[in-house]
Amino acid sequence: MSSSLRFRAAIVSVAIFLVFIGAWHLATRSTGSVAAMNPEYAKLMGLNATQGKSAMPGPLDVGAKLWEHIRQPFYDNGPNDKGLGIQLAYSIARVAIGYLLAVAVAIPLGFLIGMSPLLSKALDPFIQILKPISPLAWMPLALYTIKDSSLSAIFVIFICSVWPMLMNTAFGVSAVRKEWINVARTLEVGNVRRAFTVILPAAAPTILTGMRISIGIAWLVIVAAEMLVGGTGIGYFVWNEWNNLSITNVIIAIFVIGLVGMILDQILARFTRMVTFPE
Amino acid sequence: MSTFDNPFDPNRRLSSFGCSCGRHATDAEHQAALQFQATPAESDEQRYEGVVASAVMRAMFPQDAARRAFLKSVGAATAVAAVSQFFPLKTATEVFAQGAPLEKKDLKVGFIPITCATPIIMAAPMGFYAKNGLNVEVIKTAGWAVIRDKTVNKEYDAAHMLSPMPLALTLGAGSNPVPYTMPAVENINGQAITLALKHKDKRNPKDWKGFKFAVPFDYSMHNYLLRYYLAEHGIDPDADVQIRSVPPPEMVANLRADNIDGFLGPDPMNQRAVYDNVGFIHILTKDIWEGHPCCAFAASKEFVTTMPNTYAALLKSIIDATAFAHKAENRKQIAEAISPANYINQPQIVLEQILTGTFADGLGNIVKQPNRLDFDPFPWQSFAIWIMTQMKRWGQIKGDVDYKAVAEQVYLATDTAKLMKEVGLTPPATTTKSFVVMGKTFDPAKPEDYLNSFKIRKAS
Repeated sequence: MSSSLRFRAAIVSVAIFLVFIGAWHLATRSTGSVAAMNPEYAKLMGLNATQGKSAMPGPLDVGAKLWEHIRQPFYDNGPNDKGLGIQLAYSIARVAIGYLLAVAVAIPLGFLIGMSPLLSKALDPFIQILKPISPLAWMPLALYTIKDSSLSAIFVIFICSVWPMLMNTAFGVSAVRKEWINVARTLEVGNVRRAFTVILPAAAPTILTGMRISIGIAWLVIVAAEMLVGGTGIGYFVWNEWNNLSITNVIIAIFVIGLVGMILDQILARFTRMVTFPE
Repeated sequence: MSTFDNPFDPNRRLSSFGCSCGRHATDAEHQAALQFQATPAESDEQRYEGVVASAVMRAMFPQDAARRAFLKSVGAATAVAAVSQFFPLKTATEVFAQGAPLEKKDLKVGFIPITCATPIIMAAPMGFYAKNGLNVEVIKTAGWAVIRDKTVNKEYDAAHMLSPMPLALTLGAGSNPVPYTMPAVENINGQAITLALKHKDKRNPKDWKGFKFAVPFDYSMHNYLLRYYLAEHGIDPDADVQIRSVPPPEMVANLRADNIDGFLGPDPMNQRAVYDNVGFIHILTKDIWEGHPCCAFAASKEFVTTMPNTYAALLKSIIDATAFAHKAENRKQIAEAISPANYINQPQIVLEQILTGTFADGLGNIVKQPNRLDFDPFPWQSFAIWIMTQMKRWGQIKGDVDYKAVAEQVYLATDTAKLMKEVGLTPPATTTKSFVVMGKTFDPAKPEDYLNSFKIRKAS
């Protein structure tokens, strides 16, 4: 039953994909009239003008270009022209550093906030104000104070991934069932041991949910941050190709960004499943 | 008066209108006549000598008329001999060419991917930096504000900027006042007004009321030239049309989407609009102001003072590259060198049309304008004064402006002069010249009079 459902779903997915590609292909076919112009003038004009080609690339153009990128993902032609693989590696490295810093700060702090009602109340106004600030709004301030563009990008990742983790950790810790803590107390378990053996496992699913939200946001933000700062990374790649008005490469970048985002999310989803427990 | 002219030619042109010898109505005719004269191939040595000699001649005869009279009366050969008597031209040239030990060899120079940055960019692939012992990485940057921040943060040792930017920064217009320096102009001419194809029949600016235009930055020559052009045709740029600040690649996209009616933008975007069949080139900015500056080469004051030798080598590379780019026969080769993704990232044919000046205008004509884009590095302080008159005209700066002082502080003709002295040169004594913008002569000594002569201006 379930395998047949999966099979049928796959068929529908493939059908949707084919319809989408077909519609895209039809919509971007060259429709404009082929202009009659003298050959010398035609040589100076692009395909749009001479062959009435649509400015929007079709699926075949994108496929061919994608194949080119896949065949050579790690070439390096100087500071402004690197392969897609290298650009992705830069972005992932930045996200990883900023994100791990956020984990290192958010989880202990979230623990403290969750365990102490006093701290929770005291820090609440600050968190409430800082949480809704768009990460990119930090960028000019970061560039101005840190004075280093790649550190600024990492800082922006840090600042945007810290809040969901902090909130979720605090919530998860404070929502641990009182019975379990009371049992631990009855058994005279020390504070540290209680935190690690009772509260942490109990709050882990919520904490990991927070981490999963954060990684999603971090990946959203890195593209925008790199477009702003330039230099390296997938966001810079998009900006550079936009500068060249190469929609084909922009589409490829969008696809790759989606793919990597999905992979990052799936990794954390797997971790979440590992720590989830039946009550 | 170009830096690359023969300094001992009594007939060298003084104004940018007509031709240099005065016997032809236009420079093109003059060039055509010159074709029959053989010109010797210029070696680096000769070019350096030209730069040095030009500086010396300017210093000895600050007045154009006096210099002409002197050269005419004694002849060029005697003049060279006479000048060499007083000033060791050969030695100075050698000192200029060799330079002193470099404080730092690995440099980073930021640029925005537009053809204005040509000398800065091409100096990397074509080995001009390497020739002066420098290992320069040219780094593409996402926007003018980022260029500014990265230069301030010392991530870049020097950078490509818009020529009004250092002035705006120094004056504190649109930002906190930061003293900036500009030792060289990158390119002259090289912009255009591009209109959407649907306006093919509206070539008279008087019909442009209600149009939406784009320029790349508020503090840019593009903005001032567009406003000037509109105002000269009776269109108030603040009331009758809308002018927005839009990054260059988005100009073409917006034109395609029918979001704007036209733009005055940097190349390659004008030619790219033609190439993509969304617009046509209405007028080149060289027809508004022949020889106007556009982009610039800027370095932090600290870099200039703490690493004078590196700075000298860098500036020399730029002068070299600019001289190379100035020559028409090299332009095709340059287009090939800067078109890859690592540099400008544009189809080579687009860059070739801009650099050679033989281009499709988008209306079916092949236009030949060899001066469409040219290169001349001397930072004339009168350029700065003109820019400030326009800043004041459009309300970007208010109150009294000490035009001369700011121009001297920012357009490092004086600091470059200091540097030139360090390498054993006598710098030019004149740092200003007058020029003509749309038929109106600008006298750098009387900026306020010039400003008050405009009917259309923002009330301040």
